[in-house]
Amino acid sequence: MNYIVAENLVKKYGNGETAVSAVDDISFQIQEGEFVGIMGESGAGKSTLLGMMGAMNAPTSGQLIVDDLDVYGLNQEKRADFRREFLGFVFQSFHLVPYLTVIENVMLPLTVVKTKKKKKRSMAEDSLTQVGLLGKAHRLPSQISGGEKERVAIARAIVNEPPVLLADEPTGNLDTKTSQEIMQLLRHLNGEGMTIIMVTHSPECAGYAQRIMQVTDGKLVEDSSKIRKIEKWPKREIENETLRNQKRMQVAGSLHTG
Amino acid sequence: MTLKAIAIKNLLRRKGKAAFVLAGLVIGVSTVVGIISFVEAMTNDINHKLEKYGANILIVPKTENLTLSYGGLSLGGVSFEMEEIQEAELARISTIKNSQNVAALGPMVLGVVNIGVHKVLLAGVDFKAAEILKPWWKVQGVLPDKNGVVLGADASQVLNLTAGNRIKIKNRDLVISGVLHATGSQDDQLVFTRLDTAQLIFEKQGRISMAEVAALCKDCPIDAMVKQISEALPGAKVMAIQQVVKGRMETLAQFKKFSYGISGVILLIGSLVVLVTMMSSVRERTDEIGIFRAIGFRKRHIMNIVFIEAAIVSGLAGIIGYFLGVGGTVAALKIFSESHSGYVPFSLELAIGAVLTALTIGLISSAYPAFTAARLDPNQVLRAL
Repeated sequence: MNYIVAENLVKKYGNGETAVSAVDDISFQIQEGEFVGIMGESGAGKSTLLGMMGAMNAPTSGQLIVDDLDVYGLNQEKRADFRREFLGFVFQSFHLVPYLTVIENVMLPLTVVKTKKKKKRSMAEDSLTQVGLLGKAHRLPSQISGGEKERVAIARAIVNEPPVLLADEPTGNLDTKTSQEIMQLLRHLNGEGMTIIMVTHSPECAGYAQRIMQVTDGKLVEDSSKIRKIEKWPKREIENETLRNQKRMQVAGSLHTG
Repeated sequence: MTLKAIAIKNLLRRKGKAAFVLAGLVIGVSTVVGIISFVEAMTNDINHKLEKYGANILIVPKTENLTLSYGGLSLGGVSFEMEEIQEAELARISTIKNSQNVAALGPMVLGVVNIGVHKVLLAGVDFKAAEILKPWWKVQGVLPDKNGVVLGADASQVLNLTAGNRIKIKNRDLVISGVLHATGSQDDQLVFTRLDTAQLIFEKQGRISMAEVAALCKDCPIDAMVKQISEALPGAKVMAIQQVVKGRMETLAQFKKFSYGISGVILLIGSLVVLVTMMSSVRERTDEIGIFRAIGFRKRHIMNIVFIEAAIVSGLAGIIGYFLGVGGTVAALKIFSESHSGYVPFSLELAIGAVLTALTIGLISSAYPAFTAARLDPNQVLRAL
């Protein structure tokens, strides 16, 4: 089943003859649980495309459907709800809040969610456990390494158990060994059923993806969805899967009814 | 993690900016509190002095005649035989709206009598009311009974009489029970006796020449009381005694207006300080606001963070501003009002007002920065996506 459907996405900056197309008529479908790598030169339009998929950059024309929701048919506040419930973001520069501790940064997406404080803390601890940083929960971002910051950013992105994780150059500021660790972590999350869309320059990182989309001058020039399929990744527990689906259905219902 | 926790942590991180906002508001609030409490203390002081001045409203019979005396020099024509007020009518004063502000009512009957070779003005007064109406009276001797009189200081000297002497007025034998210390007023030249005694001497039972009223007007306008008494006594002319104190009150009222104007300007400057500082704080935090928006914070969540920060700093500024303002008033009173004790009572209304004013200014001034923060486009802010 196609979970994400992009139809003729166009993004232009400027008007008239001076208008520049950052994304030029791109269409694709992504299935639930896929690990997609978006590659391309600087300025090719891959980050713009990721921003559009992240419900933060409205296309000039075209449509983005996620889980049967017309994302840009929602108003701005509903799109914020959509980001909170459906998407996790991992930024190139980590973008951790410097005056909050590691666990507080991870808890940020839960701040505006109506859940008991204890439950929020438990979810953040689970998330930190997944990235192996529970022991540094009370440190400030300035007191941990670059690789650890990236792990915290990933923990923050997955704390709300979103179905889709968007990552922009997640290893851009990391050394090779740490990059490999981060990619292993992303692969592990994908193995648990999370759909991952990652922008990267690095062929090594792209190697972890099941599917590569090559963007050049705003156009999708290659979509290697048939390259490979990794079979041995661990499967999510049936119970967790059911719970998550129920939650998403509720949120989707509320977004549909507006 | 809550929005409040984020706001508090941000304030603690940006202590300098928070302190700047705090200082701006504290200066504004403390100035306003200082001015209000200073004016209030001065007003209380003047009211207290007003009470010491005794009578401040005069009730006299209505007349068409003009007074023919000036500066203590009488050229005749002042007639005490003209219309009089019925003593019973004075009871109507207890029915006026501000009757609770009437501290004392002193009826008085006046007439000219002969003592020896001298013509003297005899005044029948209520000595109990006189204790309030003429608190400066000091009697050498005792107050008279129905067969006694008290002499003014000048009268005692001119008549060459003192306490213990006896005098005859219209065939009534009266004893001088005491002599008033010099007051510097017309009272020095009068002979005083009890109201009922004087009414018997002048055969004016139930009638009086005039009445004095001591009105405590801390919370009432004296002009309104004059109007109320005039309506209660249509046959009488009611006058407020215009004294230096009233002039001082007017000066104070002018000062009050000027001070409130200055306070308004200072509060405006304080609010601009808050606006500029909060704007600068928002601009410094575009990255984190972008993150908040990207991970699903709604616009109102962002605005709430800014408003919570403003409310915390403003509330604190209100409390500090109140105590600083009152402290400033105590110091100012010691410098500017020699007679004042320097004690400024705690005013719950003023304290609450100070905090509410600070909160209002803080929140209103933060509205634009909060709105600007909420409108930040996460995609533009983060650029990476």
